[in-house]
Amino acid sequence: MTTPKIKLCAAEKHYSSPQGEDVIALAPVNLEIAKGEFVCLVGPSGCGKTTLINLMAGFEKTTAGTVTIDGRPVKGTDPDHIMIFQDYGLYPWRTVLGNVLFALEAKGLKKKEAVEKATEYIELVGLTKFTESFPHQLSGGMKQRVAIARALAVEPSVLFLDEPFGALDAFTRMYLQDELLRLWQEKRPTVVFVTHDLEEAVYLGGRVVLMAPGPGRVQKVIDIRLPWPRERTGDSLGKYRRELFEEFHLVHQQASGEAEYVI
Amino acid sequence: MLRSVSHKMLPTVSLVGFIAVWQFAASFWPPELFPSPLVVAKAFRELADMGVLWSHIGVSLARFTTAYLAAIIFAIPLGLFLGRNPLCRHAIDPLVQVLRPISPIAWFPLAVLWFGIGNAPAIFIIFLAAFYPVLLSTISAVVGIPPVYLKVANNFGAKPGAVFLRVIIPAAFPGIMVGLHIAVGTAWIHLVAGEMLGAQSGLGYMIVDARNFLRTDWIMAGMLLIGIIGLVINQAMRRAEQWLGRRWGGVA
Repeated sequence: MTTPKIKLCAAEKHYSSPQGEDVIALAPVNLEIAKGEFVCLVGPSGCGKTTLINLMAGFEKTTAGTVTIDGRPVKGTDPDHIMIFQDYGLYPWRTVLGNVLFALEAKGLKKKEAVEKATEYIELVGLTKFTESFPHQLSGGMKQRVAIARALAVEPSVLFLDEPFGALDAFTRMYLQDELLRLWQEKRPTVVFVTHDLEEAVYLGGRVVLMAPGPGRVQKVIDIRLPWPRERTGDSLGKYRRELFEEFHLVHQQASGEAEYVI
Repeated sequence: MLRSVSHKMLPTVSLVGFIAVWQFAASFWPPELFPSPLVVAKAFRELADMGVLWSHIGVSLARFTTAYLAAIIFAIPLGLFLGRNPLCRHAIDPLVQVLRPISPIAWFPLAVLWFGIGNAPAIFIIFLAAFYPVLLSTISAVVGIPPVYLKVANNFGAKPGAVFLRVIIPAAFPGIMVGLHIAVGTAWIHLVAGEMLGAQSGLGYMIVDARNFLRTDWIMAGMLLIGIIGLVINQAMRRAEQWLGRRWGGVA
């Protein structure tokens, strides 16, 4: 691996609970992510995957250790590293175009240039017909496509996605997974994708980082050496899926207190 | 079809019923004590013919508008500021909690001492009545902004000024609108109180003045007028809200 795009050196995160106790949200993590890679972070709740992505995206600060992107320590959020949230974060008082324009205006583009670029990215996610619609007129899947268009429009080098398809039905989710892969292959940003869905992680990721709770930590990193597009029901994917599921069961047994996780 | 027509007729039926009951009840008392609807209708005409009615309405509306606008001008910026500053909010909260339950009418003696008789004390009381609903709803609207809106704005590198104008204000807007609507009601209710106590004109004064002459028919005409104007203002506010709500993408 050449110089990594994202590098975590013993990055950890503690909170103090309301009772004043020190809670370890994330035990020290070492991880390197290459430029243009698609990495999935997967694990049960409490495994620190959201904490980890927030540290990388600059929404939270490490208690100890370092997070660097392009060799520079992450000090806060960066318009070059865009996060996509499960609840879309669209502005309901702005149209689809207005939402995408918001990002471009924040970047400092001139109005005419911004409109051209926004239109281009709205077309890229297939929502040209809904340019003038408001978010409440769109389905969940369409809203997330708007959020993706808004993120890609500023041409970030890193795209963070925090359970982006968690609130969508199975069919919409599969469709958007393929859409995301298509956009990733076209624009080639580095992608860090958080999910609690093992299937989703195996289907999307070039690497899957399996995390475990109590305290949140990296359990295992699995390379998925398969080209995209992948066949969801194919044997080659099944091999990796089995490996991940077996590993996950181990995690599950360790954290047997968390009965909410049933596969 | 028949059902929808009768549904629309329902308010009219109850209104007619109310007037009938009123007319019937009034027949047991002398008109000086309990005027019938017919007598009140005549009083309306009398007041209108004398010309005083219109000037009273004009004065009342002018006071109401002045005080309401002044309340908005002070309360919204203060609310936006406090909504964004947990520390200041924490500091000022006990003060607001103590001052708010004091009825604006209780301020009246001080208001007269400070501002004398005339427009000023009435405006001051209406101002107080409108101020707190707008302030409190603005604060809670700002506090209630989904954090993801601000995260997104910061992530894209929006400048603080742009975040304030393009995210915080529009996001808080529907909540502020609720406060504005409530404030219209409380302000209009206190208009009458303010004018009954310190003023020499306006609808509230008209009622007090009529009492001094034992003109119960004028009193009731004044009361009805206050109710009707309140209704019109409220309806106008609701229309404005619906229109803005549509523009705001159906959130309001």
